[in-house]
Amino acid sequence: MMWSSASEFFAMGGYALYVWGAYAVCLAVMLVEPWLARRQRREALIAASRPEEESQ
Amino acid sequence: MNSLRWSTFAAPSRFYALVNALNPWLWAVAIGLALAALYIGFFVAPVDATQGNSYRIIFIHVPAAWLSMVLYLAMAFWAAIGWMLNARMASMLARAIAPTGAMFTFVALWTGSFWGKPTWGTWWVWDARLTSELILLFLYLGYIALVSSIDDVVRGDKSGAVLAIVGAVNVPIIYFSVVWWNTLHQGATISATAAPKMAQTMLLAMLLMTLSFWAYAFAVVFTRAQALAVERERHAEWVRSAAGKELQ
Repeated sequence: MMWSSASEFFAMGGYALYVWGAYAVCLAVMLVEPWLARRQRREALIAASRPEEESQ
Repeated sequence: MNSLRWSTFAAPSRFYALVNALNPWLWAVAIGLALAALYIGFFVAPVDATQGNSYRIIFIHVPAAWLSMVLYLAMAFWAAIGWMLNARMASMLARAIAPTGAMFTFVALWTGSFWGKPTWGTWWVWDARLTSELILLFLYLGYIALVSSIDDVVRGDKSGAVLAIVGAVNVPIIYFSVVWWNTLHQGATISATAAPKMAQTMLLAMLLMTLSFWAYAFAVVFTRAQALAVERERHAEWVRSAAGKELQ
């Protein structure tokens, strides 16, 4: 095993800020983007299912 | 079977149904490969002799940078096809790719910055590689702003295609910037002509993450293309039936 404890793993040999700062932002945007895309599709379907006069 | 031609899925209705069938698999691949890449990258790949653990940013930095360039070329390609052949779904794909490409460009810049600070001592430098990647982000944002500012869909697609195609010249500039100029950014870690300059396990984690990002990009781009197809064909029968099925 490469890490002897969890705290050693999270410390990343003193590079915690850089490693976790990079990974956290990457994960955050890759969670938000699919959510936005799904919401866009859902809203398009809702708009399309409204009666004609309202959709114009 | 001879009704199944390459153009079959160019019809938005069929494209929509195909994506619904495909996306669960793409997500399973994206998540599974990401977990495998993270496990190998953090628990199998050894510490780097010179950079310590800071190098582990490579497992997302390089895949994101690759995707940012490949997606731009894909966007320019589909925009050109949509323009030349008047293919509706191709133009929608081009528009659907742009936000995902911009997201990966941002991730490449962000993770690069967080890697540059501990290794170069600076968050940012106006080096040819970094600057051309920043221009790529502006090209994506410019494309998105341009097509969304034009109300006429067909005119928007054409104008976007011109911008996307002209901007494609930036992609080889990014790729070869580390060869053509003296950059602080290092040269290519792996290439088609030379043996990789890194440990096998590091390479494996990076390649698995690249495949994961690919599957992610397909899934998100396809979902956004579905949304665009619904918006453009709101009066079509297939949209009504899709809405009836999915809006429970």
